[in-house]
Amino acid sequence: METTSVIGTKNKKGQVYTDPRVMMNEAPRTPSFFTGSEVIKEAVRRASVDVMIAYPITPQSEAAALIGELFAEGYIGDYFRGESEFAVMSECAGAAFGGARVFTTTAGPGTMRAMENFPMWAGARLPIQCIVTCRGINSPLSIQPDTLEISYLMQTGMLVWHAETAQDFYDWIMKGYMVSEEPDVHLPLALCCDGFFVTHTKDVVNLTPVDMCLPPYDPYRSPVPCMDMECPPVRMMRDPFVMKSNYISYATHASWQQEVWAAIERSRKHTIAWLDGLIETENVDADVLIVSSGTAVSQGREAIRLLDDEGIRVGLVKVKTLRPWPGEEIREATKNAKYIVVPEFNVFGWMAREIKASIPNSDRVIAGPRVCGGMTMPPEIIVEQIKHALGIRSATLAGRGS
Amino acid sequence: MGISLPNPGEAHIHGVIVPEEQALEEAARQLLMAKVPTIFPGPLVLWAWNEKAAKKATAIRHLYETIKECVTPQQQAMLIPMPDYRPKYPKINPEVEINPNHPNLTIWHNKIDCCMFVGVHCHQANLSLKIIRGGTSCYTIAMCAQAGHEDAMLSFRDASAEKIMRLAEWVRKLKGTVKVSQVVSKSGASN
Repeated sequence: METTSVIGTKNKKGQVYTDPRVMMNEAPRTPSFFTGSEVIKEAVRRASVDVMIAYPITPQSEAAALIGELFAEGYIGDYFRGESEFAVMSECAGAAFGGARVFTTTAGPGTMRAMENFPMWAGARLPIQCIVTCRGINSPLSIQPDTLEISYLMQTGMLVWHAETAQDFYDWIMKGYMVSEEPDVHLPLALCCDGFFVTHTKDVVNLTPVDMCLPPYDPYRSPVPCMDMECPPVRMMRDPFVMKSNYISYATHASWQQEVWAAIERSRKHTIAWLDGLIETENVDADVLIVSSGTAVSQGREAIRLLDDEGIRVGLVKVKTLRPWPGEEIREATKNAKYIVVPEFNVFGWMAREIKASIPNSDRVIAGPRVCGGMTMPPEIIVEQIKHALGIRSATLAGRGS
Repeated sequence: MGISLPNPGEAHIHGVIVPEEQALEEAARQLLMAKVPTIFPGPLVLWAWNEKAAKKATAIRHLYETIKECVTPQQQAMLIPMPDYRPKYPKINPEVEINPNHPNLTIWHNKIDCCMFVGVHCHQANLSLKIIRGGTSCYTIAMCAQAGHEDAMLSFRDASAEKIMRLAEWVRKLKGTVKVSQVVSKSGASN
C-alpha cells in the first residue's frame, strides 16, 4: 500500500486520512483548553498510531494512561504496558521493525534506564516517536522539571526537538512523524518538553479537526528492510560487526554511524519546511539576545517584557530543534549581539556549551541563569543577569549579590 | 554528508542539483566511458516480489544489454547482484556478488570503474557508497527509488522502470561518441 493512495478514505473510526500539509496548515483549528498531557492524547488520536507501549513514570504517566483510553476507543492498533522502560523501548523497536508507527512516552530516570535502546533505534533507522517529559534524573530523587536528560539524548543519533508550549507539542507530534518517516531521514524522534510546566498546566491549544488524521506509515519507504516474511528474503545481519576485529568491520561500523548522523543532517530540509525554520527569532538586532529552548524561552519572553518596561531592548532566539542543531541559523541570528544570555533548566548548561561551540567570539555567551532540581526560573533572575552584563545595578536577589 | 538532495524532477551530479535529463545524459556518458561499467541490482528488484519490482528488473536487464551492445570489445559490462545485506564471512566471492559491508572488495577485484546501484535499500546503498568513495576511484551512480543519495557522485530519485529505460535510450544515443577512459588508479579501478 502506498500512503498517498488512502488519502480521502476513512479509517475504522470514521476519520479521513488527510494530506498532512492540508491537515496541519490549512484545516480549521478549534481553540481548546487542555493540559499538555491531554494535548498528547489529542495529537495521538489524529496521528494514525499503530502501537503505543506504556510504562508509568512521573510526569508522563497521565499521558500514557490517556492514550490507553484512545486504545479503548479504537484509535490505536495496540497498546500495552512494558515491564520497565528498557523493556518498553525494546518492544517499541520490535513493533517498528515490523512496520508499525510507534509512539511511547518516558521521563527522567526512565529515559536513562532505556538509554541503550536509543542509539539502537537510530542505528536500525526506526522512526519511533518518544515523548520525553523532562524531570530530574539524579539522586536525591526529584520528580520536578530539569532538562539534564536531553544532553544525553543529543548524542544518540535520534532527532531531538524541544517544545516550548502545549501548542508546539500538539503540532510537533504529528509533524514529527512526517519528518522522521521521510526515507532519507527515517530516524527516531525524542520530542522533549519540560515536565509539569507543559504537561500539567492548562493552555489554549488550537486543535485540528478530530475527523482528520494522518495517512498511515508506509514501511516500504523505509531505507532498511522491514521484517516481512512474505517479501524479499533479506537478512540484515548474521554476525554482528562487533564480533569481528578487522578493518572491514571497523569501516562498516564507521560508515554506519556516519550514515545515521548524515540522516540527521538531511532532516534539516524537511524540518525547516514543517516547523518554519529550526529557530524562531525576535528583535535580533538588539545588543542583548536571550537564546534558549523549552520553557526557558517562555521565561525569557517575560524577562524581555520586564526589561522593555525599563527601556532596555532585548531580542530572543527560540531553538526548536537540538538535533539537527541549528548552528548556522544561530550564528547568523547572533552575529551582531554583544551578549548572548542562555537561561537553562539544568545544572550542566548543555545549551550554552552547544552555542559556544557554534559561534565566533564565544566569550559573548553568558551561560546562565541556570536553575535545576525542579526550581522555577523567575524572569527576574534573567533580568538581573542581563543588567549585570550591561553594568546596570539591580535589586539584589536572594543570595546572589549584585 | 551535507549536500541537499534533489527535489522531484531533479538529480544531482557531484552535489550540484541538475535537471534529471542532464543527469541521465551524464550517467550514460560515464557508463560508456568506463572500462568496466557495472550495475549492482539489490534485493528490491531481484525477487519479483511485486509487479513494480518485476518491471524494474526487466528494465535493468534491458539497460545492461544496451550497455553491452554499446561498449567496445575492450570494455566489459557487468551485472553483479547484491542479494542480501548480511556480512559475508570468512570471505565474499567478489566475482558473483557485492555486499554493502565490504563493497570495495568487489570493486577492486573486478576493476570496476563505474557502477550504478539500483534496488538497494537506501541505508545499505549509502553504507556501500561511503565505503566505495573512501576506498576506490570508482564513479558511483545511484538510481534511487526514494529521495536520492548524497554519497553517490550522481544520483537520481524516484527511480522507475521508465526512468531506467530512458537511461538505456541515452546510452544508445551516445554510443560511439564517448572515449573510453585511459586513467588507471592505484586501486585498480579507473576513471
